[in-house]
Amino acid sequence: MSTDDSQTAYAVKLPAFEGPLDLLLHLIKKNEINIYDIPISLITGQYLKYISLMTSLNLAVAGEFLVMAATLIHIKSKTLLPPSETDEEEDEDDPRADLVMRLLEYQRFKDAAQGFESREHEWREVFYRPASHGTDGPTDEINLVDMSLFDLLEALRGVMERAPTIQGLEIVVDELSVQDRMSLILDRLESEDGITFTSLFDGDTTRLAMIVTFLALLELIRLKRVRIIQAELFGAIRVWKNTNLQPS
Amino acid sequence: MEEHELTAVLEALLFVAGEPMSLDKLAEVLEGTDTDRIREALDRLRQNYDAAGRGLQIVEVAGGHQIATRSECAPWIKALDKIKSATRLSRSGLETLAIVAYKQPVTRGEIEAIRGVDSAGVLKTLLERRIVRIVGRREGLGRPMLYGTTREFLHYFGLKDLAELPALKEFKEVAETLPEHEPIHEPASELTN
Repeated sequence: MSTDDSQTAYAVKLPAFEGPLDLLLHLIKKNEINIYDIPISLITGQYLKYISLMTSLNLAVAGEFLVMAATLIHIKSKTLLPPSETDEEEDEDDPRADLVMRLLEYQRFKDAAQGFESREHEWREVFYRPASHGTDGPTDEINLVDMSLFDLLEALRGVMERAPTIQGLEIVVDELSVQDRMSLILDRLESEDGITFTSLFDGDTTRLAMIVTFLALLELIRLKRVRIIQAELFGAIRVWKNTNLQPS
Repeated sequence: MEEHELTAVLEALLFVAGEPMSLDKLAEVLEGTDTDRIREALDRLRQNYDAAGRGLQIVEVAGGHQIATRSECAPWIKALDKIKSATRLSRSGLETLAIVAYKQPVTRGEIEAIRGVDSAGVLKTLLERRIVRIVGRREGLGRPMLYGTTREFLHYFGLKDLAELPALKEFKEVAETLPEHEPIHEPASELTN
């Protein structure tokens, strides 16, 4: 993600930061600061300078950067206040402690991501053979009947009829999108190919969920990611992943 | 079946399969052959390939064994215009993925808490590339989606299974990679001065 090409006539090289924590870690490294003893005033100053630089370059400053600015200022103000004697708390917490933990936690995953990157580099150069024809999908021995959209709709009607009629009022705002459901279907096909049409709806308890599943299926058919096959008339409709699509 | 026959059959099976074949699955096909023998035969096959300096290798990846090309051959493979290696993941993609891999099942909120930035878009890309999947929902407020890694993830990074992921660094180690490290025993006591 590069944020350094703005419309300005001169080129300004600005390192791209993933977020406020990334920027803070950069400042800590640059200033060679002990992370357990961050001079909050210095870091806050540099952090704010960086943000105003971003603004002056017409870069959109994401809200998260501003939240962090507020956090830093808050910590700074706390460190400036004399320790209050009225406070019962004896074990006065360092106001920076939370931030330090967050930074370390984030750095851990940044390091892990670096490990991933080198593995990626190595394994991107390794290629596999796509499956041969016949190892996936139905065998030719069964007489296949191609499904029309109407057959599918008919099958959907059957499934919906079997849906439990819900007693009482259920308020569930289910935000499962068609996109998500498509991924779920593809995932299932990954582990068991040739799943039955009806079993796609197993987890769906509401009509809405069923319709989302159905739409997802239609979309997958349109994108030629799956194939729908009924091996015999009135037989079970099965869904297979379409392997012919992979570059071969 | 003779040893050399078994090796030959295994080679043929791996060639045709086009996906990682587990020892159990191979044993199922080769009725009556126990998994120890299969493993030995696979090792032999692997050594044959390595010793002969072939363009192919037998790798153990994503829970099984599979025939793959050697990375040294990559430039010529890519010259075949149809074949492209996958687009690399962005830095934010790798970061997010690292969190998902180690913390799974994990919600978007938890990922964002660690990264400190909105991660919806990155997650979507990872879902589309099928490196990450929705594994369920967390019970409780909002029933947020839970994310986890896929078999494709293992494949992409050449991992046998999740246990093969290197251990996450301890906080102490992380701090030591940062400049001016001092041995820190109890962070809380260091902070209160």
